[in-house]
Amino acid sequence: MSSTLLDSPAPPRQETRQRRRPSYVPWLLLSATMVILGVLTGYPLLRLVVMSFQEYERAQLMGQPAEWVGFDNYATILTDVDGFWTVLLRSFVLMVVLVVVTMVLGMLVALLMIRVGKAMRLLVSVGLLLAWAMPSLAATTVWGWVFDTQYGVVNNLLTAITGDRWFGHSWLINPWGFFLILTCIVVWGAVPFVAFTLYAGLTQIPEEVIEAAQLDGASAFQRFRLIQVPYVRGIITVLVVLSMIWDLKLFTQVFVLQDIGGDRELTNTIGVYIYQVGMAQGHYGLASAIGVIFLIVMLAISFPYVRRTLREEVQ
Amino acid sequence: MIKIRKRLADTGFGVLALIVFVFSAFPVYWMINTSFLPNNRIRGENLAFFPTPDVFTLNNYRAAMFGEERAPFPPAVLNSMGVTFLTVVIALVVGFAAALALTRFDFKGRRTFILMILVVQMIPGEAMIISLFRIIDGWLLLNTIIGLTLVNIVGVLPFTVWTLRGFVNGVPKELEEAAMIDGCSRATAFWRITFPLLAPGLVATGVFAFIQAWNEFVMALVIMQRPDAMTLPLWLRTFVQATQATNWGAVMAAAVLIAIPVVIFFLIVQGRMTGGLVSGAVKG
Repeated sequence: MSSTLLDSPAPPRQETRQRRRPSYVPWLLLSATMVILGVLTGYPLLRLVVMSFQEYERAQLMGQPAEWVGFDNYATILTDVDGFWTVLLRSFVLMVVLVVVTMVLGMLVALLMIRVGKAMRLLVSVGLLLAWAMPSLAATTVWGWVFDTQYGVVNNLLTAITGDRWFGHSWLINPWGFFLILTCIVVWGAVPFVAFTLYAGLTQIPEEVIEAAQLDGASAFQRFRLIQVPYVRGIITVLVVLSMIWDLKLFTQVFVLQDIGGDRELTNTIGVYIYQVGMAQGHYGLASAIGVIFLIVMLAISFPYVRRTLREEVQ
Repeated sequence: MIKIRKRLADTGFGVLALIVFVFSAFPVYWMINTSFLPNNRIRGENLAFFPTPDVFTLNNYRAAMFGEERAPFPPAVLNSMGVTFLTVVIALVVGFAAALALTRFDFKGRRTFILMILVVQMIPGEAMIISLFRIIDGWLLLNTIIGLTLVNIVGVLPFTVWTLRGFVNGVPKELEEAAMIDGCSRATAFWRITFPLLAPGLVATGVFAFIQAWNEFVMALVIMQRPDAMTLPLWLRTFVQATQATNWGAVMAAAVLIAIPVVIFFLIVQGRMTGGLVSGAVKG
């Protein structure tokens, strides 16, 4: 949903901005955006918070007045160890694993792209672009097919290689297998962006710096640790924060993989859990409270990114 | 000796590059391959790794598009196209106006507005599905293109404003001022000088808005529940819901149909994706 990474030429300094023009013009230009964000973000936010303090079930959907229940919904959630806390913990552990694997693989691929020749680099780029461009829903179904219990190519190849019969082996029914495949899907789709961005950053390091280090006898690993990483530290920070946000609000991949054949109870992540509690089970009040908590967590995580971007933009 | 070692290393890295390529491209290849194969060649030990002419078939596409057992394809295409078109047009027009305000004017509240855009962009739509569902329901817009468009715009607009702001910033206003010295009015100068220079930026932003709206899944799931109101992602989902044995050939054909426009558009504009982050972030 959120990506602020589209390229744009470096903005020129803005000290020549004119101050003579009437001040209502910018607000006129902003009015449509303000109305849309007010009506479709501000108002829903308000409704979310209100509903989180109400008893709101299917009956209220049918028109019964919603009763105020204070912090009851929050109390229910925050004492629900098997439900909410398990899901939250699961989402965080999954997020950490996904971010670490994505970043490590992305960095390795970026370094590889620097090391290999032009032809091989083009080949890698083409592969990465294909993976990047695939819509996550289509990607999830394809991976579901690759790991299909009956006829999946993975079971097929495993049978051919090991000699054991893998046909009929279900990857998704076991939560560990489910998350293994989920990790494959997400990392596969996320590495290209990380790799391209890091590659672009690494190629901006002046060659003399690397050469000088080489002459001084720095090993490849030392050059990586002492020169390349410090140079792209800013990029790494932004990539980690963005990956954390994207991986924590994972929805499509989890939801559809559950459709293909996973145990929803054992594999829910926070976004999917809100959908299950609210839309599927009809506990709108409870789901709203979870939504509010989720929102606060996400804003807290994105705080460094927002602050950094703001500082860069409004000097 | 050193030469041999270098050559060995080169070969090793070449092999690694090949492995990266295979792993990235294989799922896409496998989707396309399966979509053109008859059922007896995508199953069991008789697996075909290439859709050679003797086994090539379009039956999966026929089954995907005209199969009776699932939500119908034609309305899904129309719904997706309608929602995507409206979302992109509204987001571009509204976002462009906002981007102009943020770049060409200095006014009190500019910083606050930028902060608001950034924060809104960080709000996960997943957290808000319940209240958005209630609101769209209250406006009697469930299962309508308008309803989903409204919800989608929220997801796309902050990003659009932000991106366009960057592009407008990239066109020096001195160009406009020069034209004004030559006798153009401010509006004429803008439309004749700046706007044409912004066209590539508008196209790129529009394409990204298109991809987002076209792929949107969560909100559609909540807002468009009736089979005839489904968008393409929801339609694709009905193929894998585990009520019946999955016809994987048809699923892959459906996935190809959905992915193709996205992949093509994406390849057109991808070059603009990474540079922005890098130019701001490499600072020793």
